[in-house]
Amino acid sequence: MNLEDIIQETNTYYCLECGKCTSICPIARYDPAFSPRMLIENALLGFEDELVFNQKLFSCLTCYTCQQECPSDVDFPVFVRKARSIAQDNGQHGICAHSGQLQSLARLMTSPDIKQRRLEWLSQEYRVSEDSDVLLWVGCAPYFEPVFEDIEFRALDITEASLKILNFLGIEPKLLPDEKCCGHDVLWTGDEETFKKLAQHNAAQIKEAGVKKIIFSCPEGYRTFKLDYPNYGFDVDCELQHISEFLAEKIEKEGLKFNEVTKKVTYQDPCRLGRHLGVYDAPRKVLESIPGIELVEMEHSGWDSICCGTSAFTNCDSYSNLLRIDRLSEAVETGAELLITACPKCQTHFRCAMVDKGKEHRPTPKIEIMDLANLVTNAIGEGGNVIK
Amino acid sequence: MAEFEPKIVTFACNWCTYAAADLAGTARVQYPPNVYIVRLMCSGMTNPDYVLRAFEEGADGVIVSGCHYTDCHYIDGPVKCDAMFAKVSKLMHILGLEEERLKREMISTSEGTVFARVVKEFVDQLKKLGPSPFSPLRKEKVAV
Repeated sequence: MNLEDIIQETNTYYCLECGKCTSICPIARYDPAFSPRMLIENALLGFEDELVFNQKLFSCLTCYTCQQECPSDVDFPVFVRKARSIAQDNGQHGICAHSGQLQSLARLMTSPDIKQRRLEWLSQEYRVSEDSDVLLWVGCAPYFEPVFEDIEFRALDITEASLKILNFLGIEPKLLPDEKCCGHDVLWTGDEETFKKLAQHNAAQIKEAGVKKIIFSCPEGYRTFKLDYPNYGFDVDCELQHISEFLAEKIEKEGLKFNEVTKKVTYQDPCRLGRHLGVYDAPRKVLESIPGIELVEMEHSGWDSICCGTSAFTNCDSYSNLLRIDRLSEAVETGAELLITACPKCQTHFRCAMVDKGKEHRPTPKIEIMDLANLVTNAIGEGGNVIK
Repeated sequence: MAEFEPKIVTFACNWCTYAAADLAGTARVQYPPNVYIVRLMCSGMTNPDYVLRAFEEGADGVIVSGCHYTDCHYIDGPVKCDAMFAKVSKLMHILGLEEERLKREMISTSEGTVFARVVKEFVDQLKKLGPSPFSPLRKEKVAV
């Protein structure tokens, strides 16, 4: 795909040069050298090299905040994604966080000969079924375990919590032993080729499994399945739901009740769940239906909530860290004792920022952080109403 | 059909293992030519991604080798290397790679013969295992 097509496809021709994107961009607030408007202008003026050989192209969080304000409805995140794929063709890969391990893992997974051992964490206490209509998407969680052991983050806790919730509601989901990375990270770093291979494999696996519904505990996978797979021609023909939407539906239709959990919490909207897919109410509904939970909103919440600072594990720099610290401060300022998020990646990035002590005059704000699914497991079943 | 010749990538520290490989060469100790050595300043700077990349580019096995614990020029390099190796072993386990394809060694400068023996044994081991499960990803330009 050349630059001309990308400009056509993402409404970039309609850019008014008003600069609202740059003024609202969470990265431009900290990094004066990053400007969405400049990237667009370079493309419109035909300075392709200025665009693709610019390291700042990889600074964009693709968080969709800019598009909320854009009067011309320019799809800037997709523009960036496609421009990154031209950059990849020119040998520009951006600077990947964790030295590119996550992207390497995705590429390694494209090999047809591998036999993954991805369900070894599954213990006897969970009930899964081979011929269930419901599939629980595990995603990258088993791989995150060794990668993030230094920051004491266990992504599988979130998957296990989702499984516990489903079991509690009488659903024995199916788990795929040979699912591969959904391809979100490689797609947003511009590696379309790897993405297509992964998508093809996953779509085939799901067709073979014959399920009617897929439940995600990770909004990135959810977004990729819902929007990107059909876009690239890999339709899975299933109902797709995030665990928060699933729970909200149960509360509304079946009158699901929770035990009491006394906590003051605040909620971080993950960009993939919120702005990408418009799911703002479901997680809040779940939080509000737990007795004893007091939800206080941060200064920026809902559509203008601030991103956790890195997406697709690319370009995690000092500006991302400043962003994270400010976001954590906002969370602390609400007076909440617990920060709830619905995305494992948000939790990774916030926990990573909190490992750093900060400066003496400006210590990193500290707040306990938990996934929505983990909070819900504390509110279900017998004796489940205690948070440690 | 010609016998399968495994490709091995060795991450060797500048001060010990690289010098040991050099010593093996100058002492004319014979060892199989399947090994491609990547010299690093310290085994402690080996990154999990280096190992992942080696497999992605078509290695059948990877050796990470550096100084013994007390010999490190940078004091705690081998300890860092051990932590990294444990991490990457776990990742490779989930990916479904046989653990025999990864090897953590400590070879000091004077141990040229040890280096030759390690490589020889590793090549024999890999010949039994056959090509790596990631070999379909192997890029032609890397195959030497």
